Amino acid sequence: MKSAVIVFPGLNRDRDMIAALTKVSGTAPTTVWHQDADLPDDVDLIVIPGGFSYGDYLRCGAIAARSPIMDKVRERAARGVKVLGVCNGFQILIEAGLLPGALMRNMSLKFVCREVKLEVVNADTAFTRGYSQGQVFRCPVAHHDGNYFADAETIARLEGNGQVAFRYAEGTNPNGSINDIAGIFNEQKNVLGLMPHPENLIEAAHGGDDGRALFSGLLGQAA
Amino acid sequence: MTSYQNNIAITPQLVADHGLKPDEFDKIVALIGRQPTYTELGIFSAMWNEHCSYKSSKKWLKTLPTSGPRVIQGPGENAGVVDIGDGQAVVFKMESHNHPSYIEPYQGAATGVGGILRDVFTMGARPVAAMNALRFGSPDHEKTRHLVSGVVAGVGGYGNAFGVPTVGGEVEFDERYNGNILVNAFAAGLADTDKIFYSEAKGVGLPVVYLGAKTGRDGVGGATMASAEFGDDIEEKRPTVQVGDPFTEKRLLEACLELMQTGAVIAIQDMGAAGLTCSAVEMGAKGDLGIELDLDKVPVREVQMTPYEMMLSESQERMLMVLHPEKEAVARAVFEKWELDFATVGKTTDDLRFRVMWQGAEVANLPIKELGDEAPEYDRPWTEPKTPAPLASGDVPQMGVADALLKLMGSHQIASRRWVYEQYDTLIQGNSLQRPGGDAGVIRVEGHTSKALAFSSDVTPRYCEADPYEGGKQAVAECWRNLTATGAEPLAATDNLNFGNPERPEIMGQLVHAIKGIGEACTALDFPIVSGNVSLYNETNGRGILPTPTIGGVGLLPDWNKMARIGFAGADQVILLVGAPASRGTHLGQSVYLRDLFGRKDGPAPHVDLAHEKRTGDFVRNLIRSGVATACHDLSDGGLAVGLAEMAVASGIGATITDLEDQNPILQYFGEDQGRYLVTVDLDPQGEALAALWRDAEAAGVFAPWIGTTGGPDLVLGAARPVPVAALKAAHEGWFPSYMDGVAA
Repeated sequence: MKSAVIVFPGLNRDRDMIAALTKVSGTAPTTVWHQDADLPDDVDLIVIPGGFSYGDYLRCGAIAARSPIMDKVRERAARGVKVLGVCNGFQILIEAGLLPGALMRNMSLKFVCREVKLEVVNADTAFTRGYSQGQVFRCPVAHHDGNYFADAETIARLEGNGQVAFRYAEGTNPNGSINDIAGIFNEQKNVLGLMPHPENLIEAAHGGDDGRALFSGLLGQAA
Repeated sequence: MTSYQNNIAITPQLVADHGLKPDEFDKIVALIGRQPTYTELGIFSAMWNEHCSYKSSKKWLKTLPTSGPRVIQGPGENAGVVDIGDGQAVVFKMESHNHPSYIEPYQGAATGVGGILRDVFTMGARPVAAMNALRFGSPDHEKTRHLVSGVVAGVGGYGNAFGVPTVGGEVEFDERYNGNILVNAFAAGLADTDKIFYSEAKGVGLPVVYLGAKTGRDGVGGATMASAEFGDDIEEKRPTVQVGDPFTEKRLLEACLELMQTGAVIAIQDMGAAGLTCSAVEMGAKGDLGIELDLDKVPVREVQMTPYEMMLSESQERMLMVLHPEKEAVARAVFEKWELDFATVGKTTDDLRFRVMWQGAEVANLPIKELGDEAPEYDRPWTEPKTPAPLASGDVPQMGVADALLKLMGSHQIASRRWVYEQYDTLIQGNSLQRPGGDAGVIRVEGHTSKALAFSSDVTPRYCEADPYEGGKQAVAECWRNLTATGAEPLAATDNLNFGNPERPEIMGQLVHAIKGIGEACTALDFPIVSGNVSLYNETNGRGILPTPTIGGVGLLPDWNKMARIGFAGADQVILLVGAPASRGTHLGQSVYLRDLFGRKDGPAPHVDLAHEKRTGDFVRNLIRSGVATACHDLSDGGLAVGLAEMAVASGIGATITDLEDQNPILQYFGEDQGRYLVTVDLDPQGEALAALWRDAEAAGVFAPWIGTTGGPDLVLGAARPVPVAALKAAHEGWFPSYMDGVAA
């Protein structure tokens, strides 16, 4: 599997994501600068990592979502290429229209960095096949705007179509997200956005490797 | 009209408004042989204020130990540089942003973080860890919640967006900070030892290049403001606070590191206090070169800025460099990629003049060396601090041990700082091995299989107030001890000396004695000071803060697989009190037990025996590195009882301690004797391994009595009522959130 990590100015978990992809797959992903004309031809996975693209000025992810490289991401996504957005990457995917809903300011109005529990709501996808259905695992969060919201109709559709990927479990919802939603798929399940940072829990030095299965499941299956 | 404001009359009032004393002004006139222009007056005020010139402290700072086998760069550069082996170095410094943070807490704290990060990456190091030592007024003071909330949000807002993990720090409350909070920001970065960048300009006629954000009017006069006391006119000073833009700083970091790879950089200096003035003078003076600046080339974000404003602006996220002219195009391309300003604003000259041009006219022409070197240096009068009398023998106010412990665990001094550190990104970069809440923050060194760095920031201001000399020693010892408690070898430290008005002899006495204590401790513990900052005039309406010499230390772990944490590792393990006096604890003067449970601030500060400190710490480090120690925690505020409770809360495992007979339980459990560690070992209490450990301890001159055993749901302190660990945790975690919600005070 060939993966590419897109870097916008202000992102700061690009190095964490590149390290995770490299450590799990044994191969470093291609780094794509936001001003590059296109993505590599043969890429199977596009990752938009976390951070503060354009300082989160205006609205989280709003400026990056309007960058020309995002047209290319949309084209690839439409062709079935897998797209993963974590934290700011999730915000960018929503702003780019690749995922529905909105990410509002945390209910506490404060940045929150702590470990939460995630429940795997749909394990039958390329992204989640490393986990079992209903599995609860540890994962850190670090964000200011992760409070997922969508109208009732959209939520019903997401829940009905198996588009909810992860839910905060055991009362650990850190931001007030509706239905405890931590991550969602698009309808075709080839685009995943999530607020937590599985890339920061993949090895002993991190105090556990609960996040690793997301990458090993994803990278292993088409390698 | 080129000279519109430069001909402004230099009146005694104008001189005073610039924070310059009449004799200092006379010195300026004598130095340049004429009256300075308005712009020149501004430049002198920026260079000669306390913040930039260290004029009250220099004489004493020179006495500190600053070198050692691992020290690559001591004080005098943007940050200190220490060798950590394998061709790598740790680059670090701590700096205060006290006054701005009181005036405008969010931006003051944010730009404090931004400034210290810039100091580190200016030297070619990628920042890998940050800490913040914060001191606020009394919890029940009307402004405290507002300041805590703003400062914490500001620290997080900048550090989180920049992308550096905050791995440690301090938060303390005392009424003496009511009108003058302390925000001391620490940052550390990693660099290759052969790729360290310095501020010394080399070569004549080379381009001086301005990089980063545009210059605005924010922070004009900031460094002068930071060198004055506060009065009731404080609200008027808000415009002197800078505004931070972490997005630009993050781009500046990436652009600078990328540019340094190209070999284009000869010298680099970030624009911090007094911006363009300090950075240009520093680069020129260090390299024995003159500098000529053309202000018409400076990127500005506001119209009609005067040369005075441009020279004194403290707009953030700016750098000045001297570049190899043939690489200018390469350098420009890097900055254009990151969409940052890049402008050649001047050149180096051979005449040792600092010349500033604006609209074709020369608005300043000053001798560059003298601007820095000839800054006034004072040997200010000081008095011997009066230390409190010892407590009367038998003066041990009584309270049930269990009740006292629960109260202290839920007190503002001891309570968990989770409310604070969860607003900081503590795990970005994926290298955080120990996050806040333990003795020290630890990160692994990226690119190395086992090496890690430990960081701790410490000072006990109430000890320093009672006895600045012992307090200075204690701050260093406590920091050294916290690093040791993870298994790290303490390498070096940075000092951030926060004091009141040095023109008052009793305040100067505090500074002199604290520095003496710091120096002695650093020498005894092989823990040199490699960078630092002095913040004086921390007073409001004539009342000084507690003397607060914050020490930020860095330690090295060769193998993080053999690292200790504070949580008990399991049940049925032997608890040793390493470094204890025969009666476990004796010293109640200046303890939190007296202060926070009885409202008493009397008695002497605890004595620090540096030889004892060294041999105890070395013994503990060996226990950790040999893999014998299963957990370790140093004792500080609240003594043995609080230390045990913190280990229990961190793990959810209780412990049972045997009282020492014939010793007052209050002294045993709450005395704040120095140089003590709790260490657990998973050894048979009757077995040979433990006997061998004790033989080693005896040989090393360290007393390490077995005081109890881990296990169970309760913490049982001798004859005292058992306290459930869950109750300790609830008290410990409860205070901060309920205080900030307005419930507690």
